[in-house]
Amino acid sequence: MSHLLDRLNFLKSVRKDTFSDGHGQTTTENRDWEDTYRKRWQHDKVVRSTHGVNCTGSCSWKIYVKSGIVTWETQQTDYPRTRPDLPNHEPRGCARGASYSWYLYSANRVKTPLVRGALMRLWREKRKTMTPIQAWEAIQNDPAARASYTRKRGTGGFVRATWDEVTELTAAANAYTAKEYGPDRVFGFSPIPAMSMVSYAAGSRYLSLLGGTCMSFYDWYCDLPPASPMTWGEQTDVPESADWYNAGYLLLWGSNVPQTRTPDAHFYTEARYRGTKSAVICPDYSEAAKFGDVWLNAKQGTDAALGMAFGHVILREFHLDRQVPYFEEYTRKYSDMPMLVRLDKKGDSYIPGRQLRASDLDGALGEANNPEWKTICIDETSGQLVAPNGSIGFRWGEQGMWNLEEKAQGAEIKPKLSLILDEDRDDVVGVDFPYFGGMATTQWHKDARGDVLTRNVPVKKITLADGSEALVTTVFDLFCANYSLDRGLGGEHVTDDYNADVPFTPAWAEKITGVSRDKIIHVAREFAANAEKTNGKSMVIIGAAMNHWYHMDMNYRAVINMLVMCGCVGQSGGGWAHYVGQEKLRPQTGWTALAFALDWARPPRHMNSTSAWYAHTDQWRYETVTAKDILSPTAPEGDWESLSLIDYNIRSERMGWLPSAPQLKTNPLKVGAAAKAAGMEIPAYVAQELKSGRLEMSCEDPDAPENWPRNLFVWRSNLLGSSGKGHEYFLKHLLGTDHGVLGKDLGEEGRQKPVEAKWHKDAPEGKLDLLVTIDFRMSTTAVYADIVLPTASWYEKDDLNTSDMHPFIHPLQAAVDPAYESKTDWEIFKAIAKKFSEVAPEILGVETDVVQLPMQHDSPGELAQPVVKDWKKGECDLIPGKTAPAYIAVERDYPNLHARFTALGPLMEKVGNGGKGIAWDTKTEVHHLKALNGTHTEGPTKGMAKIDTAIDACEVVLMLAPETNGEVAGKAWKALEKATGQNHAHLAEVKEDEKIRFRDIAAQPRKIISSPTWSGIESEEVCYNAGWTNVHELIPWRTLSGRQQLYQEHEWMLAFGEFFVTWRPPVDLKTITVDATKALKSAEKHVVLNFITPHQKWGIHSTYSDNLLMLTLNRGGPVIWMSENDAKTAGIVDNDWVELFNSNGVIAARAVVSQRMKDGTTFMYHAQEKIVNTPGSQITGKRGGIHNSVTRAIPKPTHMIGAYAQFSYGFNYYGTVGANRDEMVIVRKMENVDWLDKPAKVEAAE
Amino acid sequence: MFGNFSLDYLIFGIMPYAVLAVALIGTIARYERDPFTWKSSSSQFLRRKQLMWGSVLFHVGIIVLFFGHLIGLFTPIWLLDALGISYGLKQWMAVIIGGLAGAAAFVGCTMLLHRRLYDPRIRNNSTYADIGILAILWVQIVVGMGTIVLTLGHMDGAKMIQFMTWSQSVMGLQINAWQEVVDVHWLYKFHIFLGMVIVALFPFTRLVHMLSIPVRFLWRPGYQIVRSRDGAKPVRTGLKPFARDKRALKAAGTAPKPKAPTPAE
Repeated sequence: MSHLLDRLNFLKSVRKDTFSDGHGQTTTENRDWEDTYRKRWQHDKVVRSTHGVNCTGSCSWKIYVKSGIVTWETQQTDYPRTRPDLPNHEPRGCARGASYSWYLYSANRVKTPLVRGALMRLWREKRKTMTPIQAWEAIQNDPAARASYTRKRGTGGFVRATWDEVTELTAAANAYTAKEYGPDRVFGFSPIPAMSMVSYAAGSRYLSLLGGTCMSFYDWYCDLPPASPMTWGEQTDVPESADWYNAGYLLLWGSNVPQTRTPDAHFYTEARYRGTKSAVICPDYSEAAKFGDVWLNAKQGTDAALGMAFGHVILREFHLDRQVPYFEEYTRKYSDMPMLVRLDKKGDSYIPGRQLRASDLDGALGEANNPEWKTICIDETSGQLVAPNGSIGFRWGEQGMWNLEEKAQGAEIKPKLSLILDEDRDDVVGVDFPYFGGMATTQWHKDARGDVLTRNVPVKKITLADGSEALVTTVFDLFCANYSLDRGLGGEHVTDDYNADVPFTPAWAEKITGVSRDKIIHVAREFAANAEKTNGKSMVIIGAAMNHWYHMDMNYRAVINMLVMCGCVGQSGGGWAHYVGQEKLRPQTGWTALAFALDWARPPRHMNSTSAWYAHTDQWRYETVTAKDILSPTAPEGDWESLSLIDYNIRSERMGWLPSAPQLKTNPLKVGAAAKAAGMEIPAYVAQELKSGRLEMSCEDPDAPENWPRNLFVWRSNLLGSSGKGHEYFLKHLLGTDHGVLGKDLGEEGRQKPVEAKWHKDAPEGKLDLLVTIDFRMSTTAVYADIVLPTASWYEKDDLNTSDMHPFIHPLQAAVDPAYESKTDWEIFKAIAKKFSEVAPEILGVETDVVQLPMQHDSPGELAQPVVKDWKKGECDLIPGKTAPAYIAVERDYPNLHARFTALGPLMEKVGNGGKGIAWDTKTEVHHLKALNGTHTEGPTKGMAKIDTAIDACEVVLMLAPETNGEVAGKAWKALEKATGQNHAHLAEVKEDEKIRFRDIAAQPRKIISSPTWSGIESEEVCYNAGWTNVHELIPWRTLSGRQQLYQEHEWMLAFGEFFVTWRPPVDLKTITVDATKALKSAEKHVVLNFITPHQKWGIHSTYSDNLLMLTLNRGGPVIWMSENDAKTAGIVDNDWVELFNSNGVIAARAVVSQRMKDGTTFMYHAQEKIVNTPGSQITGKRGGIHNSVTRAIPKPTHMIGAYAQFSYGFNYYGTVGANRDEMVIVRKMENVDWLDKPAKVEAAE
Repeated sequence: MFGNFSLDYLIFGIMPYAVLAVALIGTIARYERDPFTWKSSSSQFLRRKQLMWGSVLFHVGIIVLFFGHLIGLFTPIWLLDALGISYGLKQWMAVIIGGLAGAAAFVGCTMLLHRRLYDPRIRNNSTYADIGILAILWVQIVVGMGTIVLTLGHMDGAKMIQFMTWSQSVMGLQINAWQEVVDVHWLYKFHIFLGMVIVALFPFTRLVHMLSIPVRFLWRPGYQIVRSRDGAKPVRTGLKPFARDKRALKAAGTAPKPKAPTPAE
């Protein structure tokens, strides 16, 4: 009762007994105090949830709640067991996740809706007399009023607002923008749906009903490896981490598993105990390096050179000097190596051309359907040219032949791999291969042996359909020549000596990579020897590190080639394990229906963000990289050099390859109305107007006010503080506020300007009318927003979560209600939709929107353009959906937007659902959803299934997806059977009655069901591994040849010299310009370093770097790492404040000086913002900068290719990527560390 | 404006009772409400420097001073007379013992205060109360040492008897006790005043650790203490439901024979 009274026991002995000769005693003293410690770990409830930053971990956590407050979290340990011979998945979780509960109640939390003060004042003033739409219009039409808040972005001055007020303002801005400029001027950016699917879907559903633009993330983050769609036609599919355990040889290449894949790292350890050998390739002494039996510390950016040397050794020892039967069989069946390639005459020698097609041959070999899309090989048995099953021409327009059976026209064949034997070849000719080793600059080894290397290749002469003669060879023969292997054909630039100074030998690679030739030979041999003994159980775990280089495809394709040569892809324990960013959205096809409102209208507007931001933040106006810098000396004829990078993008959009946003300069609602008035069909009308020039595509003039993005939603993302390559350009041009851009644009510099993009002398600043950031933390993006909406954190909402690292689906759940005034993303967008339906009818009714759609991956459109022809240059007619993007009429019912948002629309019943080129009926599922979620009883959506709460939305996803509904899985496999003519239904038959509901996964994570959406299976026999169904179910890869495509023969790939992998040194981005160096005093100590942004240990992936617990573990603010030698050169010691700068901008950070670092590089761990402990820059006088302040996005033309088999656009699937690793910065010690801690100037008007 | 209001009356008449009430109630309240704040808040983890000398000197000095004052002020005068201790002798003892202890406490307290104020690590981990109480103690020691100088001028012990009379009268609830010390030098008065302030601050500072000296530790009989379940809340024993079941069984007349006690019992 009372602590004091309890202690007043002097008269009463508490001694009860003694023991051990009186050395111990038993007492009866009061023990109530123990309750304090007991209560410390008592709690009211435990709720299952997880962490949803871009974490691939997808770890199930117990969230403890005490008195309505989240107190701590611990790891869940109830994952379903794995197979008996495999370690379990647990424990899953890391220090970052375990520290997250701190964040919920931290000072960083956004607690109420916030609006920029100047905007709030204007809005309230106008709203006294005007309707919401009129008020927004009045503000936008008064340049001074608009500038009064846009110029203040990022400088504080937020005031609190009510939900009613902010949703009204936002809805009015959206409605006005749709009416005035077009709905596609309303942009939304949110990444990685898999981490919280419904939260993503909330915003994208609203935008899709509105006609707004959903922006991609995977390519923009540069986590998308374009090499994957190029080779496999597959976005990215990878083994689950458990499969590492099955590997015999693990090559960790630029992936730091213990640090960035913490919850999965135990499989790596366990595999090592099992006896798996491991080599680690990374420039720095990383945590992963410690795990390796061998550490190859290659110079940064030289991975392709290393990979080429590995390939040289493997080909020599396992394919040429000795043929491993398994490797030969695998490459024959599963790669395009036996396919024939035409050699085109250029000057005195030949250059590699297109793969031979059935249409090239007399009578098209009897292939009437799509002969121009059927590749050809020689049948070893008959010696005849045949078109084997499985090439992409078989996929569309016919059924049952799109498979990997070794058959052609129904007859068994055996494709011939090589023409090397005398009886097989007609001649040996010299073929030109480009060599880029001489283009190396700054730090990298320059190799002046010439830019064209002619090597001898065995050829066969064939007669074409038109009677002319052509030279052909196999991909394998070209491939060997490309790797400089001497096969006794004579000629130059080939060798059989590893010590020869010929490109791609280990000796050559030693000079470039710094890795000794012995180690290269050793690792290559072991890698292949293991694969030989285990039938392909050699695996490469690879991270974004290698993918962030401008020539990332070379790095990745060098690795992929090794795996294909050794038959590893599609084998359990083998293959390509790229883990970054995509976080497998397992129930994808169920989710897309919800997320893009496919139940109401198709298609949605999707945009590849790299091209969009490149244009809209005017980074193109500062482009330092020209086509000439990256063009191949063996390029076919063409105007390649006269185009700048944005010109390539514009041509790509025009030919229907990449998407556009905005799409047309004219408001698409007006286009729809005009077509109707003209009495014409939309495609015909748009084609006619585009040809006449009365309609223009927006991409041709990104700086015209009609083509600006006007409204931008950013949710679940920190676009400005983390992923925004060219951060300072965002600030300058998109937001129009204080920035740190030091360089000048092409006009000021008098350099070559784009020819397709219209140049304005003065670049616009402040394109966005409204930036709405939805977040629970005051991120950099929130700081720069006009409106900040407080959202629920991961312990405060119901949602779904999956990963590529394990096959389970589990939920996020509301352990507590959203704190303060926050709401979940689902409720926020629902509220905006409701307000929109209230305010929009003033100007918008039921409208016809014209949606532009590029040729889509996994659709017949991927066969649209066998040759490149630009309608605008008069090379062909403009045919929407064939030579240009498709134009599709979509009905928008703006007054009923909210009603549509909350109901499952009619298209699921009428059209059904599908994905990856197959479709199935969903009537049963819609019926079940009506019963499960209930139906609307009145209004325009009467009788339709409700999607009112976030859990309703989860049920929609789970019900419609084959991965979570066994019945749907059965339908999906049967749909695929029609195309392949194979029996696949057995893969899901046993699961037909299994239906996973939200409450099921709340009880325990559930393993998903095998589905044709993915290339691996869930079974009791094998771990999930990419390509498994291609190899074992004979489902073709979605590439031109239907096999793993190692030879990329699109005209643009030939032009840029990447038909095969080769060594391309990092590109000189020319950012150490006079504008940057003028900040240096004469003789001021400094050093120029390569700027690398890896993933960190103390932030992102389950919490943020401003988490106090994590700040305490590191240095309390932004840091960069550098080597001891570089630090010495620049006069820097550990913990000094340093400044990093180039023409893109400036960063202020502390220096960590470490032996771990390689000379010439600096690391600035990704996602360090300028919101904690960042001083001002000496150069700009503004606060520090984020890690992307010194970078700029530079797109690559080869990523813009479309309408060509695997090179076809898919959202987050193919497209330009935001590479940023070739960047150089000046690093110097800061003399004055100015914290800029002054009170803000109070405006006179206030 | 206060008429015949006397500051002396307020300080020596009223304040002692107010101070004692605050100290007593405050201490009990803190012990009851915030038992986990009841600690000495040692800064040894943060920095050892200056602590060993400073703390030991200070504590030795201050303990001697504390008990010196306690015995000196509250020993009944008749007891002194009965024992035949002359007032002069007692005064000499007070000056010598107090002087030495005071010097030790002064040196120790100065070191501690310096450390607390100028060691950034400790400064950042200090509350206002931590710094304040140390500063007041330092001032009090300086003032106390100052009174020795005054005392040396009248070593007959008369003043000392006045203070003893006052403090003992206060304890005897004699309302006129204050008049005993009206005519002493202001430095004595300030010393007494500050002493009472410290008593009043006692419950709100780390001084409470004085009450928790683990004295029993010195004569503890065993080195290993096992706190039996007798001291724990009954509900936590885990045996209750079992007992209730037994009662229920007994009521039904089917109680099993008592077995040997389980180890838990």
